[in-house]
Amino acid sequence: MIRGEHIIKRFEGRTVLDDISVEFDQGKTNLIIGRSGSGKTVLMKCLVGLVPLDGGDIWYGTTCFSRLDFRQIKAIRQEMGMIFQGGALLDSSTVEENVRLPLDLFTDQSEEAKRERVDFCLRRVALGDVNRLYPSELSGGMIKRVAIARAIVMNPKYLFCDEPNSGLDPITSGVIDQLIHEITVEYGITTIINTHDMNSVLEIGEKVVFLHEGHKWWEGTSAEIMHSDNAELNDFVFASAMAKRTKVGR
Amino acid sequence: MIRRFLSDIGNYFILMGKVFSRPEKRRIYYRRTMAEMDAIGLGSIIITAIISLFMGAVVALQMSINLEAGFIPRSLIGYATRETMILEFSSTVVALILAGKVGSSIASEIGTMRITEQIDALELMGVNSASYLILPKIAAAVVFFPFLCILSILVGTVGGYLICVFTGTILPGDFITGLHLDFKPWSIVYALIKTAVFAFIITSVSSFFGYYARGNSLEVARSSTQAVVASSITILIFNLILTQWLLI
Repeated sequence: MIRGEHIIKRFEGRTVLDDISVEFDQGKTNLIIGRSGSGKTVLMKCLVGLVPLDGGDIWYGTTCFSRLDFRQIKAIRQEMGMIFQGGALLDSSTVEENVRLPLDLFTDQSEEAKRERVDFCLRRVALGDVNRLYPSELSGGMIKRVAIARAIVMNPKYLFCDEPNSGLDPITSGVIDQLIHEITVEYGITTIINTHDMNSVLEIGEKVVFLHEGHKWWEGTSAEIMHSDNAELNDFVFASAMAKRTKVGR
Repeated sequence: MIRRFLSDIGNYFILMGKVFSRPEKRRIYYRRTMAEMDAIGLGSIIITAIISLFMGAVVALQMSINLEAGFIPRSLIGYATRETMILEFSSTVVALILAGKVGSSIASEIGTMRITEQIDALELMGVNSASYLILPKIAAAVVFFPFLCILSILVGTVGGYLICVFTGTILPGDFITGLHLDFKPWSIVYALIKTAVFAFIITSVSSFFGYYARGNSLEVARSSTQAVVASSITILIFNLILTQWLLI
């Protein structure tokens, strides 16, 4: 379980996150949704410690993450996996080198064991025969899959996904969403996904947090989202044709 | 502006503190250092050799023009060429050239990694990204650039010799006599020390500008330019300091 308490973040005097308190459940696919510029990515980067807080605290279980020193943060980070918007694969490394990097740095496994683990993770995301390719030789969907493989290679307890299906076609987006959801359930991971894709919300969202102009505006389940009377949430949700149809269908 | 300058200096030393903290796995760092030697060391051999060959030849030609008085021994052309190559060209001028070639490449590589979130990804894995990315570059340059300096001295001297042979300005024997004249081995040590210091400056300063790049590709390009300018100025300042310290 991850908990944020009264999170405040300002950039050059502008408040980007204003007193946000939120809790993300273990073994569930938690979604942070909101319009572009609502503070989703900043909130996620605050949760993983890439952006320092101006106020509030972040808890991983019973550990106050925001008050740990560099070494303690490093230890917790080895339990995290993150899928960045653009994949963030190391350009100068092959797919195999990208996925095995955490194993090389933080484990004492044999070469054979590491190779088996990398192959397993790549098979898990339905990628085969790409070990020797460089990121520049992969499609957008393949880059996201490799990023997922790299994120799960160390069996993380926490998985963060920053707009994992941005730039992907609807079918590939669905595949990536399902993959993340399956992995979450399979390994009991606490997964947090930033998205503004309503398909993701309706298909895999279990807990949903809606941000609006740096504030937590609403939270609930993906089932409750269709019946909310929150005006800003409705504007956001029903801007999607699919959500409109879903509401009409109900 | 002064505040920004002081802030940059402070951030540079903080970054170096992170770079020189204990590496995660020495074997991985060794492998990366070898790869960097290939990229920034071996990749600079040809440009260093070409520039040194022509500079050695030009220095010898200019010396022959300027030392035309009959009472000056022609062998001094060989001597002057050797001293110029060892004391200044092969260390300082080559370092300035490498600041352009290697420095801009390092700043843009690390800067691109920053804006495409590759550095964030490393941090998220629990990797000390500063050490993982920068330490192998510094180690590779500090170890390899002195070899480039020696190569430059040799090739530059050969360039001077060849121009004398082809133009007939002096007899090859006189040139070689000049090369042996009043040779001080300390000059070589001085050149190598300077080159190692300059290698550290080029890689660390360029890495600093790349690591703190923000925004988009325009910012990366700007960081790359700033890296070359800052490295070059720092090299010139340290050239003065090291010369005063080691030679005077």
